[in-house]
Amino acid sequence: MTYQFDFGWLIGSLPVLLKGIRITVQLILIGAVFGVALGIACAWVRALGPKWLKPVVATYVELIRNTPFLIQLFFIFFGLPSLGIRMSELTAANLAMIVNLGAYSCEIIRAGIQATPRGQFEAGASLAMTPFQTFWHVVLVPALQRIWPALSSQIVIVMLGSAVVSQIAAEDLTFAANFIQSRNFRAFETYIVSTLIYLALAILLRQLLAGLGWMLFPRKASR
Amino acid sequence: MSLIAITEVKKRFGDNEVLKGISIDVARGEVVAIIGKSGSGKSTLLRCINGLETIDQGSIVVAGAQFLPDEVHLKALRLKVGMIFQQFNLFPHLTAGGNVMLSQMVVKKTPKEDAEAVARKMLDRVGLAHKFDALPDELSGGQQQRVAIARALAMQPIALLCDEITSALDPELVAEVLAVVKELAAEGMTLVMVTHEMRFARDVCSRVVFMHQGRVHEIGAPEDVFANPRTPELRQFLGVQ
Repeated sequence: MTYQFDFGWLIGSLPVLLKGIRITVQLILIGAVFGVALGIACAWVRALGPKWLKPVVATYVELIRNTPFLIQLFFIFFGLPSLGIRMSELTAANLAMIVNLGAYSCEIIRAGIQATPRGQFEAGASLAMTPFQTFWHVVLVPALQRIWPALSSQIVIVMLGSAVVSQIAAEDLTFAANFIQSRNFRAFETYIVSTLIYLALAILLRQLLAGLGWMLFPRKASR
Repeated sequence: MSLIAITEVKKRFGDNEVLKGISIDVARGEVVAIIGKSGSGKSTLLRCINGLETIDQGSIVVAGAQFLPDEVHLKALRLKVGMIFQQFNLFPHLTAGGNVMLSQMVVKKTPKEDAEAVARKMLDRVGLAHKFDALPDELSGGQQQRVAIARALAMQPIALLCDEITSALDPELVAEVLAVVKELAAEGMTLVMVTHEMRFARDVCSRVVFMHQGRVHEIGAPEDVFANPRTPELRQFLGVQ
């Protein structure tokens, strides 16, 4: 059996593909920035924050980490309208990714904070900094540096997981691929192309995160 | 009036009472060495003066700032007494200069240029002006400890607490740190230091406190304490018969 590859459809479908790429990139950029910000806030609460807030954050984190992303997405997009909270597919997708990454990155960042030597907190305190000032100016950057590879991986995982937002008709790259293959009946080629695009995006994202780490964290001049 | 007034301070960790009623007064410009075996409570006492440990009874007042365990009082107290640690505790993500600038900008809201000027001056004072842009990782232990001293000095404290600041250093690096401390003492800085450097305590300090089992066991001028130890515990500690 021989299979005749045909990529002739590619040029005509380019606009759809490009739009899908744009949406996927947009989803991951917004998701990463706000998800990690949420993760930092939650990690602060769980590691150093006020006692009364801890159970609230713990509940959120465990709820998200122990349920499927697809269900979280459905809950936000199909469930919340029953409470009168309606949003577009894209907003729902963004929100789901932020909430999801927020919970996972919370635990990763918390590990980084808890690995901080006690002397760092004491040095901050002895210089008359408040506990929060010490966290923000002293503890946070080395904590992020410690867990940066793990956090980067989690961001890439969320980016790849964003494929499921096509299920609520958010027009991301997977949605575009599904749409194209339903028109050209060239499922094999279409998914080869979309796979390669995801692969390229993931590698690019990893490079971007490595570069960001390179900028954020100090390096010895000799290294 | 004394600069640091420690009155009947008691402190317990669970069932273990580590400070059993300590009273010491330190005058302005005095250099006090606290010596004693490990577990005698000397480090705990020092940490209480900076509010890093709470106290169960008694009072600590530094130049009018009373130690009370709330943020306002702690800040007032810590602005008056700086602390230097055995493990240096420099901030690893900041340069030497950045370490000295940070608390000035965060706590005192000093503008960056002014904070930098102070940082350069303080690093110069500890002989490290040329290391302004070096990361802690790139410095030797002795240099790191001198940066830590500069960092504490930049807050313009009226007293400095030194918690075994040469104990984590290689022997050949001890001298450079002690030289800086000696200079500070000569300039009239009030110093309270927990130390194992007996020779330094004898040469530089105005008073020596020997702590034993959570109490001030002997206190006096170094020539008395070292030459004529009155109690068997101190004699044993000093290794004299």
